[in-house]
Amino acid sequence: MSHLTNFEVFFLLSILKIAVVLVITLMGVAYTVLLERKFLGHLQNRWGPSRVGPFGLLQPLVDGLKLFLKEDMMPLAVERPLFILAPIIALGCALISIAVVPFGQATMVHGVDLFQIANVNIGLLVVLGVTSIGVYGITLSGWSSNNKYSLFGSLRSTAQVISYELALGLSLVGVVLRAGTLSLRGIVDSQTAHGALSWNIFGGFQFVGFFIYLMAAYAETNRSPFDLPEAESELVAGYHTEYSSMKFAMFFMAEYANMITVACVATLLFFGGASSPFGHTFDHVASGAIPSGILSIFWFVAKVFGFLLLYIWVRGTLPRFRYDQLMDFGWKFLLPVAMVNILATALALAYHG
Amino acid sequence: MEIVLFILFGLLAVAAALNLLFQRHPINSALSLVVVMMSLAVLYWSLGAEFLAAAQVIVYAGAIMVLFIFVVMLLNAGEEERTHGSKIAYIVGIPGAGAIFCLLSFAFLSERSQLGSTTLGGYLSSAVSNITEISHILFTSLLLPFEVTSLLILVAILGAVVLARKEL
Repeated sequence: MSHLTNFEVFFLLSILKIAVVLVITLMGVAYTVLLERKFLGHLQNRWGPSRVGPFGLLQPLVDGLKLFLKEDMMPLAVERPLFILAPIIALGCALISIAVVPFGQATMVHGVDLFQIANVNIGLLVVLGVTSIGVYGITLSGWSSNNKYSLFGSLRSTAQVISYELALGLSLVGVVLRAGTLSLRGIVDSQTAHGALSWNIFGGFQFVGFFIYLMAAYAETNRSPFDLPEAESELVAGYHTEYSSMKFAMFFMAEYANMITVACVATLLFFGGASSPFGHTFDHVASGAIPSGILSIFWFVAKVFGFLLLYIWVRGTLPRFRYDQLMDFGWKFLLPVAMVNILATALALAYHG
Repeated sequence: MEIVLFILFGLLAVAAALNLLFQRHPINSALSLVVVMMSLAVLYWSLGAEFLAAAQVIVYAGAIMVLFIFVVMLLNAGEEERTHGSKIAYIVGIPGAGAIFCLLSFAFLSERSQLGSTTLGGYLSSAVSNITEISHILFTSLLLPFEVTSLLILVAILGAVVLARKEL
């Protein structure tokens, strides 16, 4: 690559990174759906999908093909431009936030970090901002559908997301205070010193923040037990009642892509990102650049996978909240506890150094 | 690079602001306002104020405008009817808006040396983080206005609660 200028190398590698990450994320989304169906099946004493391919492994492809071939229905009374725009916003925002996530340890090739698309110095705020824009997808889909169930679903979703966004943002302040930076790479680097002991959840005493983040994030992604926006027993299917074919698939993919983003952020902020839980104890085993890079990606993927399993486990275990319980829980429990966590972390940091 | 982004998003902001005025449905107007907010965030970013840009997106586009749209949806506001409006608005409105525009541009242009200047993208590569600078200023020289503003917002929240409660 010697005859290319620095900018050309940067440009080509960036496009390559974007393509690879996009494909992997979409495959991850498809297989998270399969994981959910299999794991949920086993939780309920049945097999889950098992017919297509070995162990049902080709099921996501067939699902995708089915959704692609279905007729794209457009009801007459919908607000056409917004009806089409809504799933695009939802999926677009869900996929954009993956761009600032560092997947492995910093590996520079010609001055370009291989395992992160963009190392932004306000990476955490980018994730929060993109997530908060993503709610427009749900809001507009419900309103433009011209259907009372859709409207109820999107009203619930909007109220829920606004309420839990505060607790979500505040729960992350403790981590930011400890790391002293908003860059996701910087936050990960602040937790790599002594393996699992220096992760924010253990060594940083941010377990309160972690549990607040987890609960608020479940509410933000409209997942069980906070899935009131699409409560199928009350609202048919909530905000995507009127959607079919690929537009429905886009909402579906957005939900799972958001799950993956939440799992990534939880891993980065509280579980040391791509760092090994054993610290530098086993560094001599995989000493080269390539083995250690692969190992760091392995740790990252393993942690994200654990969070996805937890998501599905919670869905299989907990019943849905009632609406007033949801609001009480967010405003009267999560928010005050998050504030106390910030105060305690700030005082401890001021006391120790 | 930055100048292209600046012009593009500046034009987009103006176009969306005009669209806000001409759209007859409140939801469309609110969405145009979201576009204005996002373009302003890009303008802040291109001036090197990345924290302000993120705050603009999170607070204005992500929280306040969602609340606006929530209220519009909740009240089920329909298309507004075309009215002729008051004569005074027609007579005074356009010259008034023009006068305010002239006044503001005169003030900014004549006080140019006092306000200082920045180059497009000039601060993007600097090592000093925005957040450090902003928090330093907020908690030292601007501490009193900062606290007074927060008190003001608290009073507003309490007032809203008092108004919303039927019995107290």
